[in-house]
Amino acid sequence: MPGDTIITVEGVSKRYLIGHQITDDTLRDQMSRGIRSAAEWMRPGARGAKRSVEEFWALRDLSFELRRGQVLGIVGRNGAGKSTLLKILSRITEPTTGRIRMRGRVASLLEVGTGFHPELTGRENIYLNGAILGMSRAEIVRKFDEIVAFSEIERFLDTPVKHYSSGMYVRLAFAIAAHLEPEILIVDEVLAVGDAQFQKKCLNKVSQVTHEDGRTVLFVSHNSAALQRICSTGIWLNQGRLAGQGPINECLAAYLRTGSQRADFPAPAVDKPHITSVRVDTGGLAEGRIEVDVGFRSPFALSPPVVGVTVSSKFGHPIAGSNGRMAGEAWQPPPTCSGVVTAHLDHVPLHSDTYLISVYLGDASMDYDQKLDVVEFDFVSPRFHPQMPPLQVIGQGDFGWRWTLRPE
Amino acid sequence: MSGPSDSCAAAAPQGETIIEAGGASAHYWSDLWRYRDLFVFLTIRDIKVRYKQTVLGVGWALIQPVVTTIIFTFVFGKLAGMSAGGVPYPLLVLAGLLPWQLFSAALSSSSASLISNANLISKVYFPRLIIPLSSLGVATIDFLVVLALYVCASVWLGRIPSWHWALLPLFTLAALTLAFGAGLWFTALTVKYRDFRYIVPFLVQVGVFISPIGFSTGVVPSWRKLLDLNPMTGVIDSFRWCLLSDGQPFDILGISCSIVISAILAFSGLRYFRRMERTFADVI
Repeated sequence: MPGDTIITVEGVSKRYLIGHQITDDTLRDQMSRGIRSAAEWMRPGARGAKRSVEEFWALRDLSFELRRGQVLGIVGRNGAGKSTLLKILSRITEPTTGRIRMRGRVASLLEVGTGFHPELTGRENIYLNGAILGMSRAEIVRKFDEIVAFSEIERFLDTPVKHYSSGMYVRLAFAIAAHLEPEILIVDEVLAVGDAQFQKKCLNKVSQVTHEDGRTVLFVSHNSAALQRICSTGIWLNQGRLAGQGPINECLAAYLRTGSQRADFPAPAVDKPHITSVRVDTGGLAEGRIEVDVGFRSPFALSPPVVGVTVSSKFGHPIAGSNGRMAGEAWQPPPTCSGVVTAHLDHVPLHSDTYLISVYLGDASMDYDQKLDVVEFDFVSPRFHPQMPPLQVIGQGDFGWRWTLRPE
Repeated sequence: MSGPSDSCAAAAPQGETIIEAGGASAHYWSDLWRYRDLFVFLTIRDIKVRYKQTVLGVGWALIQPVVTTIIFTFVFGKLAGMSAGGVPYPLLVLAGLLPWQLFSAALSSSSASLISNANLISKVYFPRLIIPLSSLGVATIDFLVVLALYVCASVWLGRIPSWHWALLPLFTLAALTLAFGAGLWFTALTVKYRDFRYIVPFLVQVGVFISPIGFSTGVVPSWRKLLDLNPMTGVIDSFRWCLLSDGQPFDILGISCSIVISAILAFSGLRYFRRMERTFADVI
């Protein structure tokens, strides 16, 4: 029955004791600490000097519900608690407080190929990994041919996986996981690997699993495009707390609008013109503009200060760049020793993806400093379409194609 | 569809899982049963990986006991001139070595099992007890290989197995239980205190000297009571009683001592393991 609640998370928190786990690693540490605390106990005045156990709340009072057939995207910065949430839902670790009710078999894919043994063959690893993910022998036997077909590694089935290319390895690992048939599937950032063709196949598989079989999926990714493609709703975690929830597009936009992506650089040992900071305005990004602030400082006046900015794909291929010299007559700033140059680009012709920014500093004739791929940002295109092929096929540029038909 | 998911769904009509602090134990034993295939595959993995890319393969399981038997026969039988009570001395040594190697291998591998499978523990859920359990598998297979060697040696030396052999599985189980109980303690402790990685090999090394492996307990009657405090003494004596049938009386006191100690270790080890289990992923 679609639409009924399948996961209920009520007030879940997870606390880690940081100092505790670091200092307790050997018996001696604990014994010496025991002696010290006994000594402190005898000198009441010193009791205030407690051992340094720091509490860290990876998750704080998190509540949400998920209905059957929904695909939930979980967004947030590193350390926001996404992985902790997935670990709790997968029963790897327990919550400190709170309660979760899940109806149905749960399978989690927090890592591709967990438990793969390099010395074992593909065939042996299918059985081992399947069992690790919770399949019975009978189930694996039944789905064996399907898994092999999906992974496209028939010829290497009896080769130890240590001889596999990383692509083959990932294909095999995902193929096993894709055939789990759980009611609830938990996926952490695993579609980021593999080649374009296979990524497409994986995304299609996830879509099929949710739309046709009515399964529920929780999905963590830094890839905005993938999130937009397969998720219906989203939650946004910030420092362990629920910062927002709703349709995935709104959730992503709200998340990406927060703060700014920036990098700061110390002055170089030799005093020469240098870049001090690079900042991408995320508020502008959410509205479809790119604004890059480049701070610079120089021992002499740069006449004029020339800044170059290049946007590259997440793999580092340059896509679009420019600099002040290219602007010609349109931009003639006065000579300056320090300041911030902002590069503006309205109506960004890019698809949703993660991009990198490189910046350069120079004057009319010379280049002095460069910072390559220093800031990473997520761009969410307002023109996203679910039937879009993967970016490896159509490229990052979104130039606004028009279509016409001449019937004959 | 047949498979464990069905049996699980039958147990709880909605297949509902409740996750809360301290609540993980609800379906523990049924989960353990549901994951029995994982137990088998982990055991197979350990056995296969052990002899991959080795020329001698399982031959390595034989080399160590054969060499040890030769050395102990020379040191205890020839140099020290100890009596074997009418049994060929190498056979006496091998019959003692059999349970000892089973025990020490099972103890070492189960003690190290959680740490060596840390990647699984931090990435997937399954009853953690599967890991130390499956690590007993390799030790048992090696044991069976050496047992086959023993049978060949025994027959070659003209000693045909007697009805005593029928009790061998029982004593094998005693050795495994002892190793498992101690292994549970050590492996759970090692997750938090890596000291135990150094303690276990040391214990095994000491054990070789305080267990009656190279000599029969019959030659040291005055030390008997003290030796019985070592739970492996009872097991080794019982193995010799089974395998050698040399007319020595069955030492009921020794084996009782072993069984009581094994039971206490296994029971308390299980409790400690279950208690620590829920924090493994956070600490490992």
